[in-house]
Amino acid sequence: MDKKCEDRKHIISVLVENQPGALARIIELFSSRGYNIESLNVGHTEDPTISRITMVAKGDEHTIEQIVKQLRRIIDVFKVRDLTDKKKLDRELLIVRVNVETPEKKEEVMRLVEIFGAQVVDVSKDTYTVELTGDEDQVDAFLELIKPMGIREMARTGRVAMVRALQGETFEEQ
Amino acid sequence: MKLSGAEILLRALELEGVEKIFGYPGGAVLDIYDRLPFSPLKHYLTRHEQGAAHAADGYARATGKVGVCFATSGPGATNLVTGLATAQIDSVPVVAFTGNVPTYMIGNDAFQEVDTVGITRPITKHNFLVKDVKELADTVKKAFHIARTGRPGVVLVDLPKDVTRELADFFEEEYKTPVQIRSYKPVLKGHPGQIKRAAKAIASAERPILYIGGGVVSSGASDLVVKMAEVANIPMTATLMGLTAVPGNHPFFLGMLGMHGTYAANMAIQESDLIIAIGARFDDRVTGKLSEFAPNAKVIHIDIDSAEIGKNKPVDIPIVGDAKLVMEELLPEVEKQVAKNREFYAVREKWILKVRSWKERYPLWYEPSDRVIKPQFVIQKIWEVTKGEAIITTDVGQHQMWVAQYYKFRFPRQLVTSGGLGTMGFGVPAAIGAKVGRPDKTVFCISGDGSFQMNMQEIVTAVHYNIPIKVAIINNGFLGMVRQWQGIFYQKNYSQVHLDVQPDFVKLVEAMGGVGLRATKPAEVEAVLKEAMAIDDRPVVIDFIVDREEDVFPMVPPGGALHEMILPSYGKKREKKAV
Repeated sequence: MDKKCEDRKHIISVLVENQPGALARIIELFSSRGYNIESLNVGHTEDPTISRITMVAKGDEHTIEQIVKQLRRIIDVFKVRDLTDKKKLDRELLIVRVNVETPEKKEEVMRLVEIFGAQVVDVSKDTYTVELTGDEDQVDAFLELIKPMGIREMARTGRVAMVRALQGETFEEQ
Repeated sequence: MKLSGAEILLRALELEGVEKIFGYPGGAVLDIYDRLPFSPLKHYLTRHEQGAAHAADGYARATGKVGVCFATSGPGATNLVTGLATAQIDSVPVVAFTGNVPTYMIGNDAFQEVDTVGITRPITKHNFLVKDVKELADTVKKAFHIARTGRPGVVLVDLPKDVTRELADFFEEEYKTPVQIRSYKPVLKGHPGQIKRAAKAIASAERPILYIGGGVVSSGASDLVVKMAEVANIPMTATLMGLTAVPGNHPFFLGMLGMHGTYAANMAIQESDLIIAIGARFDDRVTGKLSEFAPNAKVIHIDIDSAEIGKNKPVDIPIVGDAKLVMEELLPEVEKQVAKNREFYAVREKWILKVRSWKERYPLWYEPSDRVIKPQFVIQKIWEVTKGEAIITTDVGQHQMWVAQYYKFRFPRQLVTSGGLGTMGFGVPAAIGAKVGRPDKTVFCISGDGSFQMNMQEIVTAVHYNIPIKVAIINNGFLGMVRQWQGIFYQKNYSQVHLDVQPDFVKLVEAMGGVGLRATKPAEVEAVLKEAMAIDDRPVVIDFIVDREEDVFPMVPPGGALHEMILPSYGKKREKKAV
């Protein structure tokens, strides 16, 4: 199959005016043009008047190219970059509450926590709440392994990303 | 000096060069209307907010200036929506100001409150909610800058009532300084390397065609594009929005392409080896079945909006930039290339002859009649009595396509029509806007009996201000285009398209204070048009009772490729009527 037609996940970083309406405009772009967002993360940058939006969207090359171009048309948007094939730092935060009714389960969860470099941040009689930061694969792998314990509740932030400094350039310099 | 928000707004509009405003007052804009009589701005009170939006749009399309409209909160704002969407999809610069409930009541479901910026976000280039009177002047300045630069479009500014009442400093000198929007910097100049590549491709193509869109008209590139066609021997076709870029009688011009395009234009596209698209967007009404559109052509695409490039059709040589600025660089390059290539004319000659033979063999055609008025005949007669120099506004449907086919335009901005959105009810208010903007020109609205009834209240506006627009109703007692589709593709199952119950348009227009005329026979058409042309202090509406079941041809069936168009019958003896 032609690689261009293949659907794959893209991670897109957007710098935007920290203005009411700017985020709405971006989200509406996705709904009005029929694109799908898998995750979306917003926070301000070192300049409090500028926000960084990191989003993960699935699509073929043509669709992603359109998404990037359509994002660039938005008046409040400064920069849009597809980071998928760049060397980047790419992290996600997971908080998950799992069942640990038996000592064996407690032990197994603690073992996984140690292996993944996670942390238990809240404890009750029969649950542990675990926090993990990692790239998407790590978070997915951890969840897969912990699933048999019984997940009570979970929250993921979605990915945030930044180009690595060793590429010799920062996002803003592009 | 401290001014109220309303005063700041009106003064800022003056500094932007605004002279005319179309609008409708209401509770949330009382403070603005209170100050309006003390401003030199001329306000036209339309009879519906939709009319105000279309009039501002028609004004902008006919003049190239930014159109401005006012409306109140709630229903005032929602009534603007169709008009704003119409202007936005055709890239027309319009700035709309809406009132809203006071800032402290926003979100309260207050009387006549809607989330105007929320509703209009997808149908504007940008919009603003002004929450502090201190930001008002700067916002107005940004609104006009965004509307008229880059790919032009609609900007809406929502003004809570308290913002229009409160006082703030206003410094005119400061207002006149250039706008700074750090996140908005449109690319205007084309990439020199790409321009060189394009010139080479143009000079070496065997079967090139120019595909001209509305961007050529709005950027003022018409002369340069026509010049390039002449220098490099390239046939030209245009979209509905781009029609007025080329003189209708130019020997290289093939007329409109697409669903109701000419045979020559559609065939030339299909058989070309190079499409030079300028300010056009490969819309579905233009391309027909996309996968079979111009299968052997390379594509040069010049457009100010990079998102349009490669959106529908893969592009070989993309050039992002303003059509006029790009053409200023491209034309000399093409001239150089053409001078280099000696065999150039011999190669091109074959193509030109082929295109010309299509044009001669399958012209636009209709069966003439001396018994019943043919709609195409009315449009040809309007062309005659206006010497081809009127500004034509249209509504949407069969009459619109007949205008595109049979009115041969002479200069840019002569056609004011809703292309992208296809808004019925556009024609009459747009004609008012166009006439207000170009009082020196005859403005003729060509409408249908369905479309006219959608905004006919605006005839009263024209009477109120003595705006002498002419309106021709191509009256077939049907929603003609829908009937045509039901006829061809739904086995003549005419469902909800009968409009034979209709007002007596002549009496109706007379009752509104205009002049109503009617023609029922071909022999009456010219006389009634001349009578209409002689009236210059009131609107005139002519009710042309036409052949009820005339269809628009050629027609590319839905889902079909351009070369699969259905042609007219050309009569029994294939007698041709060149037009």
